[in-house]
Amino acid sequence: MTELPGELEAPEAPEPTPEGTVPSVAARLALYQRAGGFVVPLITTVLAFFIGGLVVLVVTHKNPISTYKAIFNGSGLNWFFPWISHSDRVTAAFNLQSTLLLTTSLIFTGLAVAFAFRCGLFNIGGQGQYGMGAIVAVLVASSWTSMSGVPHIVLSIVLGALAGALWAGLAGILKATVGAHEVITTIMLNWIVFWFAAYLFGIGGPAQSSTQALVPVSNDVAPNTHLHVFWGSPILQGLHIGFFIAIAALVAYWIVLNRTTLGFEVRAVGFNPEAARYAGISVAKNYFLAMAISGTAAGLAGAIDVLGWKFRVGVDDIQGSTIGFIGIAVALLGRNTAVGIFFSALLFGALVNGTSTRNLDPSVFQPELASNLTLMIQGLVLLFVGADVLVIYLWRTRRKLLFWRRSAPTR
Amino acid sequence: MADTAEAPLLAKIRAHQVIARAEERPGNGRWSRFAQPRWIGILGIGLGLLAFWLALPPLASRTLVWPILVGVLSVAAGIAATTRGAGRVGWGAIVAGLAGIALGALATHSSTSHLNDVIVWSALIASTLRYATPLTYAAIGGMFSERSGVVNIGLEGDMLMGSFFGVWGADVTNSWFLGLLIAILSGMVLALVHAFFCIQLRADQIVVGTAINFLALGVTGYLFVDKYGANGAPTSIPTIPDITINSLKGVYFIGPVFGDLNLMIWLSFVLLFVSYIVMFRTPIGLRIRSVGEHPRAADTVGISVYATRYAAVVVSGGLAAMGGAYLSLGFVHTFDQNITGGRGFIALAALIFGKWRPLGAFAACLLFGFSSALGDRLPTYFTAGSSLPVLFNALPYVLTLIAVAGVIGRSIPPAAIGRPYVKQ
Repeated sequence: MTELPGELEAPEAPEPTPEGTVPSVAARLALYQRAGGFVVPLITTVLAFFIGGLVVLVVTHKNPISTYKAIFNGSGLNWFFPWISHSDRVTAAFNLQSTLLLTTSLIFTGLAVAFAFRCGLFNIGGQGQYGMGAIVAVLVASSWTSMSGVPHIVLSIVLGALAGALWAGLAGILKATVGAHEVITTIMLNWIVFWFAAYLFGIGGPAQSSTQALVPVSNDVAPNTHLHVFWGSPILQGLHIGFFIAIAALVAYWIVLNRTTLGFEVRAVGFNPEAARYAGISVAKNYFLAMAISGTAAGLAGAIDVLGWKFRVGVDDIQGSTIGFIGIAVALLGRNTAVGIFFSALLFGALVNGTSTRNLDPSVFQPELASNLTLMIQGLVLLFVGADVLVIYLWRTRRKLLFWRRSAPTR
Repeated sequence: MADTAEAPLLAKIRAHQVIARAEERPGNGRWSRFAQPRWIGILGIGLGLLAFWLALPPLASRTLVWPILVGVLSVAAGIAATTRGAGRVGWGAIVAGLAGIALGALATHSSTSHLNDVIVWSALIASTLRYATPLTYAAIGGMFSERSGVVNIGLEGDMLMGSFFGVWGADVTNSWFLGLLIAILSGMVLALVHAFFCIQLRADQIVVGTAINFLALGVTGYLFVDKYGANGAPTSIPTIPDITINSLKGVYFIGPVFGDLNLMIWLSFVLLFVSYIVMFRTPIGLRIRSVGEHPRAADTVGISVYATRYAAVVVSGGLAAMGGAYLSLGFVHTFDQNITGGRGFIALAALIFGKWRPLGAFAACLLFGFSSALGDRLPTYFTAGSSLPVLFNALPYVLTLIAVAGVIGRSIPPAAIGRPYVKQ
C-alpha cells in the first residue's frame, strides 16, 4: 500500500472537533459565537460574490462592480436610499415589490428546509411540495366560483398547505416506518409532481384551461380570491398581504421551535435521535411531524403565490420554477434561524429578481448571463456554507506550512 | 504484501455481508413472506401473464396502455427479485413481462400488418437503448462514488458539465474524440471539487451535491450564453459516430435494433462488464467496497480511505460526464441550457433501484429508458390531444419510491454512505 509518510509522522494536533482543543481554532469558533453566528454566512456570501465577480471579469471582461450595481438597482433595493430622484424611486418601488414577492415565497420554502433540518432531516423536496400547494390551490380557487371571497381564499390556502404537508408527510412516514432516506424519497416526489403537472395542465390534460385550448395552463382563479395588494398596483404584481403571512410564519417558527414541547422534541431528535429515544421521545412521530410541518410551509408558498400574483398555474410554472431549491440555500445561509432566513430570503429574492430579464439593464450586463451568475453564486454559497471546517482547515494548513518551514523534514 | 494485509479485511467484509443479508431478510410480521424476493418474482410472472391476457378476449383491451403498463410493472418486479437474490424467478418475471407486452401488442394490433409491428417494436427498443445510455454511464459512475461511501447527488451536475464541455471541446478542436476527452476532464474537475469538500472538509455530502448541481447549472449556462449567445450552440459540430454493422442490418428484428447504434452505446456495454469485474472481482473493488462499508476497518489494514474515496468520486464524475457527452454529442447533437433535465437524478434512482450493482442498475436504466421511449412514442396510440402519456415519464420515480420504501424488497445502501471519515 502506498502511504504518505508525512501523514503518519507529522506531530498531529488533536482532532479539530467543534469544541476545539487547538486554542487558535477555539478562539475562532468563539468569535463566531460572539458575533451571533453572523460571521460565517457573511464571509460565505462575500466570498461567493467575489468569485462571481471574478467570473464576470475574466470570462466576459465586464466590470464586476458596475454589474453588481446594476443588479442591485434591478432588485429595487435602492428604494431605501433617500437621495435617488423621484422617477428612479417609482421604478425602484416597482422592482422592490417584485423582489419582496420572491422574498415571500423564499421565506416559506426556506422555512420548509429549516424546520426539517432542525429535526435532523434534509428536506430537498420543497420544490415538489411547493408544486403540490400551487396545483391544489389553483384547482380549488378556480372551481366553486360561487363561494364568497374570504372563505374561498382560506379554503384554497388551507388545502394547498395540506397538499404540501401530505406530500412531505409521505417522505416523513417512509423515513419513520421503514427508514427510507428522506433525500431520495423527496427527490423522487419532486419529479413525480413535475410530470403530474405536465399531465394535469398539459394540452388535453384534465385540468387544462377551458378557454385556451392550445396553452398548457390551468384555469384562472376566481377574481374574488386574489389576495389584497397593499403596495403598488394590483394589476402590475404589487406586494400582497402574503408578505405578512410569511413574516408571521417566521415568528411562528421561532415560537414553535423555542417555546413549545413540539419544538423541543424536534430539536432533541435533531441533535441526537438515540438520546431522544432514550428520553422517551417518539422519534418516528417527530420525523413525520417535522416533514409534514415543513411541507405545510412549502405548500403555503405555492398557494400564496397562486392567489397573490400568478392567478394561474402553467406547466412551466411547475417545471421551470426553482423556488424550492433556492429555499435550501436560504435555510442554510440563514443558519436555520428565523432572522437569518428573513435576510437570506431577501438576499436571494433580490439576486434572482435583480438578474431577471425584466429588471436588469441589458446595456450594463446581459440578463441571460446574470441569471446564470445567480445560479453560480447560489452554488458557491451552498458549497462554502456547508464547510465550516474550511476555516479550520485553512488555519491548520497555515500552521502545517509554518511548521514545515521551521523544521526541515526528518527524512 | 497487499494481499496478506487485506486477508483479514476480506473475512470481515464477508462477515459483514452475511450479516447485512441476514438483516435484509424480513423474518417476522404477517406480510413479510410476500415481501421476499421469490414471491415478488412470482408476482412478476403473474403480472406478465396478465399483460398478455388483457389483450385477449373476453377483455380484449384495444389500446396498448394496459398490457404495457402491467408488463412494465412485471419487469420491475422481475428486476427487484433478481437484484435481491431470487435470480431464476426474477428472470422469469422479466421475460414474462417482456413477452406479455410483445404478445399483448401483437394481439391489439392483429389487424395491422405483422411486419409493421416488428419495425415499431425494434425502433422502440433502439430508442430505449438511446435513452438508457446516458443513464447507464451516470449510474455506473454513481456506483463507484456511493460504494466508496460518498453520496453522489451531484451526478446531474457532472453530466451537465460533460454535455457542455463535450460540445465546446468538439467545436474548438473540431474532433468529437477530443471533445469527449475534454468532457470527461470537466466532469472530473467538478467531481474533484465535490470530493475535496466532502472528504477533506467533511461538509455535508448532500449539501455539497446540491451545490455542485447549482454550480454546474450556473457555469455551463454562463459559458454557453457567453460563448454562443443568442445563436445557440453550433449545429455543425463533429458528433460521435454511429456504428453501422452491415452484416447485421438485414437480420429480422435484430437488424433494426443493433444495426445502427451509437459508438457510446456499445462502449456502455463494455463499461458495464468492466465495472462489474473491477468492483466485484478485483482488489481495487474490494478496497472501494470496504471503504464504503467500514472505513475504520479498511484504514486499519492500510487502505487509504481518503485516496480511495477521492479516486472513486473523480472516476464517478468522469463517467457521468461521459453520459452527458453522449447526450449532447451522440444523441441530441447540440447543447441547450439544462439539457440533462434531471437525468442525473434518474440515474441515481436507477442506481438505488438496482441495489448499487452494475447489472441491476443497467436493468433499471433500461426500464427507465423504456418508459422515456414510450412517453415519446405512445402519443401515436392515443386519441389526439391527450396528455396521459407524459405520466410514463414519472414511472422511474414511482418505482424507485416503492423500492426504497421496501415494498418490493429493501434497497440497502452501503453502510458508511454519507458519513465523512476522520482519520485517527
